Parts: sequence; C-alpha cells; structure tokens
Amino acid sequence: MGEITRYINPTVVAHIAFVLVVALTVVGALIAVLLKNIVYNVFGLATALVGIAGLFIFLGSEFLAVMEILIYVGAICIAIVFAIMLSQPMHLRIPPRWRPKVVFSLIVAAVVFVSFSVIITRTPWEAHLIRTHDWSIKRLGHLLLTNYELMFELISLVLLLAIVGSIITAAAVGGARHSGGPTGGKEEGGP
Amino acid sequence: MQGVSDYMSGLGQAVAGFLGPDILALVLGLVLVLLFIQVNAMFLVWAERKVAAHIQLRIGPKEVGPFGLLQTIVDGVKLVAKELITPQPVSWLLFVLGPVLVFAPVMVPFVVLPFGPNLQVRDLNVGLLLIFSLGGLNVLAILLGGWASNNKYALLGAIRSVAQNVAYEIPLLLSAMSVVILAGTFSMQGIVEAQEGVWFIFYQPVAGLLYLIGAIAETNRAPFDIPEAESELVAGFHTEYSGMRFALFFLAEYTNMFIVASVATTLFFGGWRGPVADGPWWFLLKVYLLIFGVMWVRWTYPRLRFDQLMNFAWKYMIPIALVNLLLTGLVMKLVGAA
Repeated sequence: MGEITRYINPTVVAHIAFVLVVALTVVGALIAVLLKNIVYNVFGLATALVGIAGLFIFLGSEFLAVMEILIYVGAICIAIVFAIMLSQPMHLRIPPRWRPKVVFSLIVAAVVFVSFSVIITRTPWEAHLIRTHDWSIKRLGHLLLTNYELMFELISLVLLLAIVGSIITAAAVGGARHSGGPTGGKEEGGP
Repeated sequence: MQGVSDYMSGLGQAVAGFLGPDILALVLGLVLVLLFIQVNAMFLVWAERKVAAHIQLRIGPKEVGPFGLLQTIVDGVKLVAKELITPQPVSWLLFVLGPVLVFAPVMVPFVVLPFGPNLQVRDLNVGLLLIFSLGGLNVLAILLGGWASNNKYALLGAIRSVAQNVAYEIPLLLSAMSVVILAGTFSMQGIVEAQEGVWFIFYQPVAGLLYLIGAIAETNRAPFDIPEAESELVAGFHTEYSGMRFALFFLAEYTNMFIVASVATTLFFGGWRGPVADGPWWFLLKVYLLIFGVMWVRWTYPRLRFDQLMNFAWKYMIPIALVNLLLTGLVMKLVGAA
C-alpha cells in the first residue's frame, strides 16, 4: 500500500500541478503583452485563459473553469482574431510601439495591481470550517437571481451597451459608404 | 516468474491504493480512449468511402483485406511514412502546433461520454458544457493552423471555418439547452437517465433537427464544407500540411463526427437505453446510424454558398432555436415538472 506514497506525496503532486497552471497563466500573459505580432498576442491570451481555467479547476469549481474556456477562449479570443484578420493585412510591417501608450498602460497596470494587492491584503480571509460542495448549476442559477442580482443586471447592461455600440459603428460605416461612395466608408471605418 | 508477478500485483495494488480506483479508472479510460479514437477513425474513413461508393453506384475499396477493411491501415502507414513538409514562409511554431492543438481537444470529451450505465470515465456535472467548450478550442486551433500556413487558401479556409462555427455554435448550444431544461442537469449520465420511457427527440423534434444541422456544420462536412471546399480552396485550412500532420487533422475530423453523434444520441435518442437489454451496444448502434445519416447527407446535397450558409444560420436557425427554448421553458413552468 504505502510503497508509492513513500516516493510520491499527494501534496507535492498538487503543488506541481499548481505551479504548472500558474506558469501557463504567467507565460501566456507575458506572450500576450510583450510580443509584437498581434496574432501571437491573442494566442498568448488564450494560453493565459486556459491557465486561469486550470486555476478554477484547482479551486474545485469545474463550472467556472468550463465557462472560462467556453466564453473567453472559445468566443472572445476567436472574435479578437477574427477582427484582426478582417482589419489589416498581416504581411504589412508591424508599426513601432507608441511610447506614451506604453507608459499609460504601465500606469493603468500599476494602479490595478496596487488596488488588487490592497484588497487582497486587507480582506480578512478566514477558512470555512465546513466547505459546501453544492456548486451545482441550479444553485448557481438561484444565487445569480437572488444574492447577486445586481451584478447579473450590470453584466447584462454592459453586454447591451456592447451590442448597441457595435450596431452604431456598423451603421455609421454602412451609412457613410452608401452616401459617400466606396471610399467614404473606408475612411470612416479606419482606426 | 512468481516474483515478477507478485511484484506486478503488488505494484498494481500500491498504485490503486495511492491513486484510488477513481484514478485507475481514469488512466485505463484514457488508454482505451486513445485506442478507440484510432480504430473509430479508421473504421469511419473506410465506411465513408464505402457509403460514398455505393451512393455513386461504385464498389469502393475492396482489394486490401475483406471488403477493403484494411485499406485505411495501408493509407495510414503511407501517411506516417510521408515527409513532413514545412514551407519556408510559415511561422514555424504555430504551424507545428496547429495539428496538435486540433487533435488534443477531441480526446477530452471522451471523459464524459456515457457509453453505458457504468461505462463512463467520469460523470462531471458540467459534462455537456465541457464538450461544447472544447469545440471552441478546436476552432481556435484551425484558425491557428490556417493563419500560420501563410497561404491564401489556408487563411481563407480558416476564416470561413471560424465564421461558420461561430454562427452554428449558437443554435447548437440553444437546442442543447432546451434538452437541459427538460432534464434539469448538464451531466451526460443524468440526461440519459431523464429519458426513461420517452426519448427527448419526441419532446424536442425541432431542437433535434437544429442540433443535427448545427452538428454537421460544426464538423465542417458537406453541405457545410466551405472551409475546405476542394473546388475553390484546394483543401482549405490544411492546404500546406502533409504526412502525419495532415493525418491529425483528418483524425480530429472523424473523431469530432463521433463526438457530435454521441452527444446527439445522449441528448435526443436515449443514450444507452434501448427497447431490450440497455447497454453500450445501443449507444454505439445509434451513434453509427447517425453517422451513416450524416454521410448520406454529405453525398446527396451540394455545397452551400457562403452567404446562403450565413443567412440560414442567423436568420432562420438562431430565431427558431430561441423560440423553441422560450417555449420549452414556458411549458416546463406551466407543467411544473422542473
């Protein structure tokens, strides 16, 4: 019985799995930020999101993990790649980085990092004595429509805004194309 | 000899004791799945050639083995022996990763497929969602391979594939959701158990039809095979791939066919339930009958044009699926059997 447990400790296996998943997330995120080819960036992002899904599995929340892959990798990353492929030819020279943009994003990232660190360190984390295992879809649905109804509505609002925004953008481009000829729409729709 | 067998049984017990019967089942299941994927793909390729031949009044493969059954093995050996050509202007890492990433996600759904009452690697309570989420990964991998090939046909095929999959994944998910509302669970085994007596196809004929249409589109097969339309795009997203890399795309496609047919069997046709003697044989019979139907469709209907395909998905299938979902929810609320 104990022959293998002498060499392999389940805790060690768990730690290795954790380190692997975190490495996937961090490396993916670095690829997403540092490389200059935008297609590589998106695939880095997808890698990072798969890593985050792994973290959710590690925390015992299979539903969130599957949703992470379904929505973020399966839908959002694909939408991004699709937008890239429709927007500019890939063989063109990649433009150099715009210095102020890098600085701004560094500032934003720093602010986010500091605020999250403060929140994490100030929250009095306490371990629950009994861990509930009831994270079925039904329970999550009930919670979304009762305790977390405000969040739920806010998310729907954000999605609605995105849809309305995209329709307005598309209508503006289409309208300009109809009135100003083929070139008018192109200028309007440019970045 | 005695010592060796003692040692082996001791080792087996130690592994079982440490990992638990659960993990042992997982490891065994994975080995079986890997074997099954190969055998299934070989059988399906042979079946497709035979079905196509008979529909076109030909005989099909007949030389290698009885009824040409071993033809695919010979073809497989040929593919393995072929050179892996990597064209100069590809982005190398992504080009090599493409086929691997196409093939990797199609193995995972086998973990939750309910072949029989006890024949399932693991019954996750998010089983159905797991299968659909991995379908999304497949699309990303196709896109990656098509883009990395740096070939206009490959890129066009990849873009078509993504546009098509995005359009057809929505009615696919919506039709599956109607079944989930009926069964009240995402667990594959739970959905089969909910169909005691009546299969869901009789409650949800519209959803069943939408699912089958969407599934054919998801597997990029005719009449929805525009991502690899031979007459326009050479071979679509896998134009630049040769040898075993091409074979991986092929293997993934046929395994995907098996997966979507199994999901259809689970959702609409009662899974492993049959009139007599419930068991995996009913599951496999239904799956292969469905696949036969899909092949029949492929060799009967011409390919759709891209705008027809998009119109059909966005203007007909998605609204019908939404209305069907709403009606299902309404009826379930009124009947009160949730």
